[in-house]
Amino acid sequence: MENPNQNLSSPKEKFVKGFQKSLNDPQLRKNFRNASFALKSMRQTAFPDEAAFKELQELGHRIKMKALKNLGPLLRQLEQKCQEKGIQVHWAESTDEANQIVLEICQRNNAASVIKGKSMVTEEMHLNHFLEQHKIEAIETDLGEYIIQLDHETPSHIIAPAIHKDKKQIAQLFNDKIEGAGYTEVYEELNAIARKSLRKKFYKADVGITGVNFAIAETGTICLVENEGNGRMCSTLPPVHIAVMGMEKVIPTLEELPPLLTLLARSATGQPISTYFNMINSPRKEGEKDGPKEVHLVILDNRRSQIYQDEHLQKTLLCIRCGACLNHCPVYSRIGGHAYNQVYPGPIGKILAPQMNGLESTGGVHNASSLCGACGEVCPVKIPIPEILLRLRYEGVNKSRSSKVHEHGTQQNFKESMAWKFWEKIHASPVLYKTNSGLGNLLNSVMPKNAGPLKNWSEFREVPQFAAKSLHQLAREKGVADE
Amino acid sequence: MKFPKKPDEIYFFGTCLIDMFYPDAGISAIQLIQKEQVKVIYPQEQTCCGQPAFNSGYRQEAQTVALQQIKLFPKKIPIVVPSSSCGAMMKHHYLDLFEDHWALESIKDFSERIIEFSQFLVHVLKIKMEDLGEPVELTWHAPCHALREMQIREEPKQLLQQLKNVKLIELEREHECCGFGGTFSIKFPEISKAMLSDKIDDISKTGASCVLSGDCGCLMNIEGGLKFQKKTMVGKHLASFLWERSNGKS
Repeated sequence: MENPNQNLSSPKEKFVKGFQKSLNDPQLRKNFRNASFALKSMRQTAFPDEAAFKELQELGHRIKMKALKNLGPLLRQLEQKCQEKGIQVHWAESTDEANQIVLEICQRNNAASVIKGKSMVTEEMHLNHFLEQHKIEAIETDLGEYIIQLDHETPSHIIAPAIHKDKKQIAQLFNDKIEGAGYTEVYEELNAIARKSLRKKFYKADVGITGVNFAIAETGTICLVENEGNGRMCSTLPPVHIAVMGMEKVIPTLEELPPLLTLLARSATGQPISTYFNMINSPRKEGEKDGPKEVHLVILDNRRSQIYQDEHLQKTLLCIRCGACLNHCPVYSRIGGHAYNQVYPGPIGKILAPQMNGLESTGGVHNASSLCGACGEVCPVKIPIPEILLRLRYEGVNKSRSSKVHEHGTQQNFKESMAWKFWEKIHASPVLYKTNSGLGNLLNSVMPKNAGPLKNWSEFREVPQFAAKSLHQLAREKGVADE
Repeated sequence: MKFPKKPDEIYFFGTCLIDMFYPDAGISAIQLIQKEQVKVIYPQEQTCCGQPAFNSGYRQEAQTVALQQIKLFPKKIPIVVPSSSCGAMMKHHYLDLFEDHWALESIKDFSERIIEFSQFLVHVLKIKMEDLGEPVELTWHAPCHALREMQIREEPKQLLQQLKNVKLIELEREHECCGFGGTFSIKFPEISKAMLSDKIDDISKTGASCVLSGDCGCLMNIEGGLKFQKKTMVGKHLASFLWERSNGKS
């Protein structure tokens, strides 16, 4: 896997270099701006009435919250129902365990090649890389995933993985990497090239691997949302289908599915419903002419159970992976997905990645937010992303042993703590505060503009001037009551 | 949202940014309210709502400073705040900050009395203003915390619509953040710059001579950017503008 930042030491440095690189790349800036504008408009069209959206959002929130509150029993019910119908269920605490489970299934079936439907959870596992180390070819079949796999990249968006590329870049890539493709910028022709190349892979694959959008506990049903039909091929053509899910994907009954599906498709791409919606209930039964002979469901924890233990932070697990928060984020739409150096970029990534992989190890991505709240506003299941960001900032400097957040307290540094202590002293004392703010004119002249915190401010902004008289003084002079 | 009836007196929480950098906005807001026959009480011991520390994760420090404010506003009367982000801190985030605090109930009482300036003018005072100024074209920057935390959508525009010589030209991406975000603007200057540059481009495109906002954080950021780029357009707090227009320059 190409990693231009591998020589840098700290995760923070990697993150900074990553976003600086994006910000200095006009092509990338343009691609993200156009794509996020398009996705935002499509969502807007799908939810024309704000009040109706809020009602549906509330319903989505309640459904997922209810499922989350009952997570343990629901997962056990799901396992039992699946097993009754011949779906083999596997539990993985870590991504290593999940990879091992997938590998064993592949090896038992003498698999040389695997086709994959789009799945973020397998990105969490770095499954493709792992399989290739074990001499199993893993081919992405979602068009966006296929494009980035050709270019040895990772997804830059959770539903539109190749969003960072425009038509011309894709045309060039196909021309360079696919034999006999030629150069074309016509969408239909580009699609046809990918389809032709992938079709052969579908026929010869030994195992199909997909993610899971929802798993229904009551019926043991694996639900897969997709637009290209590749997910259906991955789950029906090869003799073995492995579905991998994060443990938060389970919902109680089929009845809860329609509102969530409506929210997911509309929030993601503005579609009333996705082009394909697959409900997988069992392997091929006797007398049936198609479908896999084996269906496996791998349920992955990967620190989700740790996130689950905190009643506020567990709302991170409500996510249905629509990507709306990315499209509406003023930071993501400027720096793009790769800059974060995380599997999950954007607002959801800023709260999920630090909890999965550690506040320090993820480079402080949770700090890179202006807290504008656009993410929380559009989230179809009302995840309070800004509040969780604030909580993680607190956990970053919280050294208490009672904190359950991975790498809590690691963001505290002496200089910053002292600065806030100093700030506290001044603002908790009316006398000190008044002395300080009464020094307006003096502070204007002595505050260094090109050093300290003002340096970053003054590089592209004028430094604000302290007023000659504070509001405290003006209010006194005008005789405003002080009680 | 529920708003109180027009009271005889109110508290005014000026915010630290207004106190130090935009006192004119604070005094304009006070005078606009006084003109409507409402007594304004400005407790002189007030400092800051605690938001900078809270947003940076320093909750203990934020708590100490917040408690210092809360005790200064004991009467059961509205507390008017001329900043949506400080308002949101005190109205909503105090409930998180003091979630496990023994005094949570009295803090809730304080939080419930917080009302943002434009909402107070429109919904409580039901103010009617007369425009005494020359024709002017301006644009409005909607602060994120006004939109998404204080649920302020139309109020500032409703106030501006009362002024007959004022033409409001809306921004193309009115609901997008200007890139301030408090310490974010210092900790991530490059990202903040990219956001601010786009905002300034949008503001410039309107051709207006003035950009108004209801939050001095945004204003400081936008004005700083405008001045740095040597733009002629000025930034102003809504309160200063309304007072100027309805009362002549004070």
